This record gives sequence, C-alpha cells and structure tokens, in this order.
Amino acid sequence: MVLCPDSLCYNASMDIIRIENLTKKYGGLTAVDGISFSVKEGEIFGLLGPNGAGKTTTLMMLSTLLKPTSGTAGVDGYDVVKQQGLVRNSIGMVFQDPSSDTLLSGYENLKLHALMYNLPLREIDSRIDKVLELVDLQKRKHDVVKKYSGGMRRRLEIARGLLHAPKVFFLDEPTLGLDPQTRDHIWEYIQNLAKQTRMTIIVTTHYMEEAEKLCDRIAIIDHGKIAALDSPMNLKRALGGDKVILKGRIEIEALRKFPFVKKAEVIDGAVHLSVEQAGKNLQELLCSAGDVENVEVHSPDLNDVFLNLTGRAMREEGEASSYIQDITRAT
Amino acid sequence: MIGKRSAKVIKGLYALWYREFRVFTREKSRVISSVALPLFWYFIFGNGVGSMNKGNALDYQHFIFPGFLAMTIIFTGLFAGAYIVWDKKIDFLKEVLITPLSRTTVFFGKAMGSMTDALIQSYFLLFIGYLFLGIKFSIPSALFSMAILFIFANGLISLGLIIGSFMESPEGYGLISSFVIYPLFLLSGAVYPLDNLPGWMQILTRIDPATYAVDALRFVILGSSSMPILLDLAVLILFDILMAFVGTWAFKRLRL
Repeated sequence: MVLCPDSLCYNASMDIIRIENLTKKYGGLTAVDGISFSVKEGEIFGLLGPNGAGKTTTLMMLSTLLKPTSGTAGVDGYDVVKQQGLVRNSIGMVFQDPSSDTLLSGYENLKLHALMYNLPLREIDSRIDKVLELVDLQKRKHDVVKKYSGGMRRRLEIARGLLHAPKVFFLDEPTLGLDPQTRDHIWEYIQNLAKQTRMTIIVTTHYMEEAEKLCDRIAIIDHGKIAALDSPMNLKRALGGDKVILKGRIEIEALRKFPFVKKAEVIDGAVHLSVEQAGKNLQELLCSAGDVENVEVHSPDLNDVFLNLTGRAMREEGEASSYIQDITRAT
Repeated sequence: MIGKRSAKVIKGLYALWYREFRVFTREKSRVISSVALPLFWYFIFGNGVGSMNKGNALDYQHFIFPGFLAMTIIFTGLFAGAYIVWDKKIDFLKEVLITPLSRTTVFFGKAMGSMTDALIQSYFLLFIGYLFLGIKFSIPSALFSMAILFIFANGLISLGLIIGSFMESPEGYGLISSFVIYPLFLLSGAVYPLDNLPGWMQILTRIDPATYAVDALRFVILGSSSMPILLDLAVLILFDILMAFVGTWAFKRLRL
C-alpha cells in the first residue's frame, strides 16, 4: 500500500529525490517539520517561502551538510545520511552566501574544485573554459575574485557547481542581494542550463516572479511545512479567479451575495476579492460596492497564493528581512 | 582500483595544499609579520636580557636562538591551523566539505598547507641565523634542525586545526594567543634554562610539547641540552600521532 497524497506520487524510478518526513530541530525550534515530497529527473523544482521558512535547512540536509533529526531523504538513489560520499558525488551546489576564495583567481577557484572532484587532469582546462563560457566570464578568468562584482561572483560559483556535471544542482537563493538586471541574467543562465542538459535543478527563492517564470513545480514552505505543492499554473488556478482590491467605504456583505465573488476579506483596510472573470463582472460589482475610492484588478500571482494559504503577504516580509540581512552583512 | 582511489586522494590533498599556500603568498602582510616578529623578539630579548650577563650578551643570544626557531612554528603554525575558523566565516569551508573528499583527506590537506607556511618561515630564520647572527651550523646540524622543526610543526598545526574546528566564529581567534600560543612559548624554556626552575614550573615546562622541540634544537645547534635527545624526539613524535588522531576525529564531527 502506498501512503502519499496524489500530487506527490510519481513513478518511483523517475524520482531523483525522495524525501519522507524530513525533520530538523535546533533545540526547541523546529526548522523543518516533517516534510515529504519527490522530484522527478530533469525537473526544475522551486522551494518558495519567506526567510526562515526552512528552505536552506532542507537543502543543507539534502546536500549532507546537516544531519536530519528524523525522517529520510534520498538523492540519486543514495541515502543522505548513510551514503554521504555517493550523494556528494552526484550533486552540485551554489550556496546562499559567497563561498569562493577572494584571494584566488576565478580560474584557480575552478581548478581547485575540479581537483577535489577528481576530474581527469587533461579534461580540467577545457571543462573550465566551457562553464566559464556558459556564465560569460571567460574574459575575467585570471582576475582575482576580490575584483569581481557580486553578480560575477555568483556566476562564477554557478559555473563551479556545474564543473563536475552533477545530476542534481542545488541553488540556494541564487539571486539574493543582486540588482534586477543581474538577476535576470542569472535566471537566463539557469534556464539555458536546464535546456542544454537533463540536470535536475532545485532552487530556493523568496522572489515569486522568479519561481513562477522558472519552475516546473513549486513547493510553498512556511514555518517548516509544505503549504502547497504544484505547478505555478495550478497553484494560481486553485485560487479561482482574478484578484480585485477595493478601497473606500465598501459594503462587503452586498458583494458577498454575487455568485461570481468567490472570496471576500479585509486586509490592511482594503477589501480583497476573488472574482471569476473580473473583466466581465467588474461593472456589476462596482455598482453595488458602495463608495469606491480606488480599484485594482490583477490576475493572481504566487504572492496571492501564499497570502491565501498563510494569511500573510510574503513579499514585504521577504524583502524587509533580506534588506536587514544585507545591512548586517555589510557592516 | 587502489590506483584510482589514491589518485583521488592525491588530487584532493594537492588542491587543499595549493589553496593554503596561494592564500599565504598573496597575503604579503602575513608573510612579512611572521618573519619580522620572531626577529624583533629575538633582538629585544637577546640584547635586553642578555645585557645582564656583563658583556656576554652574545652567549645568551645564541642560547635563545633555537627557541626562536620553535617560536615561528608555534606562532604561524598554530595560527595557520586555527585559520580554518575564518574559512567557516567566509563559507569556503562549505565548498570543501560538500566535495566527495573524506574528512581525513581534508584534515591532512589543510595541515600540509599550513605546514608549508610555517616551515618556509622557520627555515628562512635558520638561514638568517647562519648568515647574520653567527650561529654555527654544519650541514648535518642544519638538516637535523629542519627535521626537528618539521616534526614539531606537524603536531602544532594539527593542534591549531583542532582548536579552529571547535571555534564557532573568528571573534575568539584572539583568545588563542593568550591561552595557547603564549603559554606554549613562554613555558618552553625558549628564553631561560630549564635546569634551575622551581618545582611547579618544572612540571609545567614538562607538559609543554614545545619544551622538547626547543631542547632537541638546542642539542643539535649548541650541543647542550637538559634531556636526552631521544626522549625529546619520542615525545614530539608521540604528540604528532596523538594530534593526528584527535584532528581527524575533530574533522569528522565538524558541522557548520
């Protein structure tokens, strides 16, 4: 008998990652709380959630750097506790914080990586050139990493993670703290990569636009638990309709009577509605809404999904805390 | 099959060694201060304390020279080892720990890197002693001194790596000099003879592994020592073996 929800059940032979009841506790704090999911080979899988939701802790356990408190996880058929060496051979990782040596050149950083992964000596230089080309860094190859910008350094670390052609590639907040333009570039690299190889990519982020654009499936994580897991399209579809936000003196009870209004609630003094076919029904809606000062209509995004699941907005929380993180890191 | 496995280990060791060595040579200030500091101490101590000896300062300077060779190992070796806590901070350690290399390989690779730093400095100082300070070396005594420094550096660097692997953040780095480096140096008999000490200090000096290194170097360079050379060497080698065991254990339990 198989015990798992429908959305988590796949043909076992295709699952490159299988997680069951994975838990990590730090003293009294439960960072990851009994999560289970599987990832298919070749998938781009996103872990989406605010800072502190347990995304990084999950990646650390999958990459053998942290020992789970309980539960099991398998990567490429190997157990992350009992077969650490084999797991580490199959994976590549880009850490949230920069982890290249700034006193060495980009080339030296890559060379060290190649040696530590036991790549054949005569292939090393050609492989380095190949990955540097992928992230567009050939020209800065022999510069000391200290002279790189934040975005270049991240790209170098992506190249480094790819050097040994891992089967599973983990990226922990690959665009955190980067400007929007660099962020776009990095996503482009990741997308190209997914197209060119059949690599499985696991990415954590709290930028919803990115998760939406890039991922085949997304697990929304909050307080160490999976709140929802599906394709971005299905997650949004589950909300049932467009989002209409009304400000002013709104008669919310009158609005609730319309059959096309699926949901109505007050958030921060504004009335948030889920409306089927808003374009068609808006006029009728506004006639009965009372004294309207401002109307916003948009198709739902993942932030709405998160809001609906947790009752909190992720965007502000995520950016505020990453802002604080950036400040503390800078000092 | 064995060939493949050892190729993997050798490449890993080379990579770790290369990184340590490269970082060392790029940080010019570290290289300069690590050679300048012992020389500075040597002249202050040698002339200051030596002046009590009525015009025979040179004898005292020669007497403390072996101690200052050991000092370079204590200072740079231990600091280089404990430098791993900085790798934790800059997250370079994660990159190393996530590779398929075993923790034992990581430990020995790091140790070899720091070893190179420490030995280059102490050998350099040995050379200065021969050229400018009037220390008389023969080829065998120079080679024998180098061997003793090598054996001593092994244990000290392992000790540094062990301390560093237990430290959570580089903020505690400064405490190492107060509670490990200075006691090791000052109790080693580097700047005073071991023979006429009060009982309690006698005991403390005998606990300090550096004492045996200084004593052995004194035997080789000056031809006089407080303990038999074979005892010195035995203690140093035992200390190395013990530290290597503790070190590989410490690295296996190392978490981020």
